[in-house]
Amino acid sequence: MADIIKTATRDAYGKALVELGEKNEKLVVFDADLAAATKTGMFKKAFPDRFIDCGIAEGNMMGVAAGMATAGYTVFASSFAMFAAGRAFEQIRNTIGYPHINVKIGATHAGISVGEDGASHQCCEDIALMRTIPGMTIINPADDIEARLAVFAAAEHDGPVYMRFGRLAVPRVFDDSYKFEIGKGVYLNKGTDVTIIATGLLVERAIQAAELLKNEGISASLINMATIKPIDRDIILDAAKTTGCIVTAEEHNIIGGLGSAVAEVVAEEYPVPVLRVGVEDTFGKSGPALELLEIFGLNAQNIVAKAKRAIELKK
Amino acid sequence: MDKAEKKQLKKIACNVRKGVIEGTFNAKSGHPGGSLSIADILTYLYFKEMNIDPADPHKADRDRLVLSKGHAAPALYAVLAERGYFPVEDLKTLRKSDSYLQGHPNMNYVPGVDMSTGSLGQGISAAVGMALASKRDGDKFRVYTVLGDGEIEEGQVWEAAMFASAKHLDGLTVIVDNNNLQIDGTVEEVNSPYPIPEKFAAFGFNTVEICGHCFDEIEKAIEEAKATKDKPTAIIMKTVKGKGVSFMENKVNWHGSAPNKEQYDEAMAELDAAIAALDAE
Repeated sequence: MADIIKTATRDAYGKALVELGEKNEKLVVFDADLAAATKTGMFKKAFPDRFIDCGIAEGNMMGVAAGMATAGYTVFASSFAMFAAGRAFEQIRNTIGYPHINVKIGATHAGISVGEDGASHQCCEDIALMRTIPGMTIINPADDIEARLAVFAAAEHDGPVYMRFGRLAVPRVFDDSYKFEIGKGVYLNKGTDVTIIATGLLVERAIQAAELLKNEGISASLINMATIKPIDRDIILDAAKTTGCIVTAEEHNIIGGLGSAVAEVVAEEYPVPVLRVGVEDTFGKSGPALELLEIFGLNAQNIVAKAKRAIELKK
Repeated sequence: MDKAEKKQLKKIACNVRKGVIEGTFNAKSGHPGGSLSIADILTYLYFKEMNIDPADPHKADRDRLVLSKGHAAPALYAVLAERGYFPVEDLKTLRKSDSYLQGHPNMNYVPGVDMSTGSLGQGISAAVGMALASKRDGDKFRVYTVLGDGEIEEGQVWEAAMFASAKHLDGLTVIVDNNNLQIDGTVEEVNSPYPIPEKFAAFGFNTVEICGHCFDEIEKAIEEAKATKDKPTAIIMKTVKGKGVSFMENKVNWHGSAPNKEQYDEAMAELDAAIAALDAE
């Protein structure tokens, strides 16, 4: 058996920026003193004159990015999810979102898989915050293949984009033939009993869960939902109709993230049980990332348990 | 600047002030005080200084102005209308639900508005970003941003100032409208930002202190800013909140309230008289 390739999506982000920088001379990258961690350092090394360090001032960085973008630049602005979506929420809302300016926000270190740094840095609120901004596109890729394609798509997209990347190296899910499109969920498996809709690093865990369910004679559909906004209503409704119940899985608070987005669509158009796997409205804590994912129930076992419960509820 | 030109600017500024009164009266809300205090600087910039073309509001090499104190939108709209970006008549639609003239500036609705603003402290950052773009492109244009003296209590202003100076953005001119009043009282009473020039100087700016209603001093300061290399300039203007409408001058309650019909008539009469006096000179 070949070794499973493991890469953090933040690494794919850094590499994709370099690829883009080679093609587009009007592309600039901003960071807030975290270039080594966000991996924009790769771009800094390749294009030092197009890398702008804004220092530890995320609110200002977002405004400067907006101003520069109005003068014809494609600006990628990076920080940790906590300080991009959290600290600079209102700057993103008023100076990027409201005028619908072409700023691409590369937010790394999302979720509890930040690990040892603990709760102050483990952002599980960013999707919820960004979802409330009209016109914001939110992408949460599952692996390095998808992350690279998401960065390319963001650069081409007209309008603000929030990209969510992780610190932890995660197993590759897709191969080179994978096609990514903003706003489209993708079936990774079609079943009849339950649909698991997963995003980010939970996709790989959802694949494991589907296998476990299969071993127990339960047929699960599996959808990778990389774009949280605009949410793919069609694929959600198809899942609701074909399997009659849904489990969502995300490394985010169960309030306001993928689970909420899916439940909103289902409740309004085709009510079926929707159960959410995510961080259950609590703060994270320090520890090795893989341990934390188990402690907080962001694993295949929890998805399986929720799937069985969802199937019970539809009877 | 010769006498005729100064007289012309003074007359335009009176018309801009009339536009402020027209807008806020019809809207029955808005911010006349801090709009009137910046009528002269906006008039100077849009009629004398900036490289702009009302027929081509998006031309790439135009000079930019970001009204960081976005609540003074009535003044920005009035000067843009006066300059020919859109009909002066439209100022009467300010803040109406079917109008493009939002309570605070929206760059996507109003020709000539270079950045959507309103949340204090944020416009200066956007102006800095524009100045950064200009510098990278070979000093293609200059960027002006107008801040309130209360606004500079926002920490983001100083993040932006630190950055502008660190990146040597000499294409940026920050203008502080020091009318000494904010909603809750005088700026000293609320949370004193004084001394203002020293703060900007400490952040690496060239600083100039002027009377914000004196066109000679405005011209001198703007020319000094243009001649200053490697660092941005901050122009701290002493102004009178409500300037040009006697009963509004230096009254904090005219920060965010609109004139009624009687007050509207009185204000317009005073401004018309000022124009007539200039004509009679």
